[in-house]
Amino acid sequence: MNDTLLTLILIVIKLGLVLGTVLTLAAYMVLAERKILGRMQMRYGPNRVGWGGMLQPLADLIKLLCKEDLIPQRADRWVFMLAPAISTITALLAFAVIPFGAPLQLFDRSLPMVICDLNIGLLYLFALSSLAVYGVALGGWASHSKYALLGGLRAMAQMISYELAMGLAIVPVVMTARSFSLTAIVEAQQSLPNMLRHPLAFFIFLVAIMAESKRTPFDMPEAENELVAGFHTEYSGMRFGMFFVGEYLNLIVLGSMLTVLFLGGWYGPLLPGICWFLIKVLGVAFFFIWVRGTMPRLRYDQLMAFGWKILVPLGLLNILVTAAWLIWRG
Amino acid sequence: MSLWKDIKGTILPFWVTLRYLFRRPVTVCYPERKQTPAPRYRGRLVLTRDPDGEERCVACHLCSAACPVDCISMQAAEREDGRRYAAWFRINFSRCIFCGLCTEACPTLALQMTSEYELATRELLQVIYEKDELLIDGCGKNAEYNFYRRAGIGVVAPRGANPGESSPEDVKSNLP
Repeated sequence: MNDTLLTLILIVIKLGLVLGTVLTLAAYMVLAERKILGRMQMRYGPNRVGWGGMLQPLADLIKLLCKEDLIPQRADRWVFMLAPAISTITALLAFAVIPFGAPLQLFDRSLPMVICDLNIGLLYLFALSSLAVYGVALGGWASHSKYALLGGLRAMAQMISYELAMGLAIVPVVMTARSFSLTAIVEAQQSLPNMLRHPLAFFIFLVAIMAESKRTPFDMPEAENELVAGFHTEYSGMRFGMFFVGEYLNLIVLGSMLTVLFLGGWYGPLLPGICWFLIKVLGVAFFFIWVRGTMPRLRYDQLMAFGWKILVPLGLLNILVTAAWLIWRG
Repeated sequence: MSLWKDIKGTILPFWVTLRYLFRRPVTVCYPERKQTPAPRYRGRLVLTRDPDGEERCVACHLCSAACPVDCISMQAAEREDGRRYAAWFRINFSRCIFCGLCTEACPTLALQMTSEYELATRELLQVIYEKDELLIDGCGKNAEYNFYRRAGIGVVAPRGANPGESSPEDVKSNLP
């Protein structure tokens, strides 16, 4: 058989698997979040549909599909319809470069456990997570509603400022791995995960991705008490669902990013690599849910001040120190 | 040490939420586990009968006058022996706010609140209760009270012959 064709088929199979897994995971992340938050507040959370509420995502999907899909009269129709898709698709595209495990040896050919191992994978990931803000900002703008516009603006300002801290936090990682390829970065952590090697960068990155995913305590774009629901105020039905799923996809993407960059990717004792990867991603997701159940929402000025005045200088300092250390070691 | 306090205040709540994660939820799973409401719970309204088995309601309209949402309506009628009753009696439970003012207003204890709270239905007309649905066979909360026995006008006993009632005063006898 033609070798190129075989590679292509394998890529398509991997694509399908990843897409299916990730979408299911996102749907069940919603359920897990509701259940865990419920337990933290001494409630049960959804437990009616299916076994202990296991079919709740499906029920939600049916409900969202059956709901009336409203488009505000003076909204920019095309942008309004496009915006939720942007925020979902950018999150989905990010999975293209995330390595899930060590390359598999199958019929004397090496099968990389990543859809596309770009040598600038990290830059690609950052480009996509920057593009994700378009979905939010355009959605907020196209709705022709003050609340949505303010929510979109806030989301943009917040994402730009925290994206910077995030970018600064990964520079030491790239410096030690000497590569932008995510596979190479994971392989550089075989002995010691970057979390222990660069604790400050890890902290900055953790806070930054929390802000990036627009979740409590950084959920200013959708602060209910002042902005109704923020950028998705005017959205209904499956369009809202797209934003919603996009948010959870983003959660998984950011969890994977944290895993790949700081938690040592697929490396771990006993279990196969892909299991470790999944455990780590789910652990990060649980941590996010935990934070949501614990922390109050920050004030907007506190949020911006924390990003610009603390995280960015700390990130810059961290780069300098790491660089000095690397030069000193030679 | 404000910074130390801030850090502690950030870390400690995590421990609290984690502890609560493993506690038993306090939620009552409703359709499976039903709770008995308190005795004075204000649930569905009923019309009761007096100990003799007659309708207590004398259709005085006080309940519908007291009702803040105007959900009670009726028509008064009179029996051949002079006893009043409601020709029809209707409570629209889709409007009822279960405030209990009608039962406070009721002079004959006919209208009483029960502890029944499962009134939900998909059919709006089903929550409009007519007299035959409201009237129960018991006395409700007060089993002894009989309005006509005390204040009935010649229906059960002549004036002044009811228990605990003195005979009517001759008003002309104490004129100056």
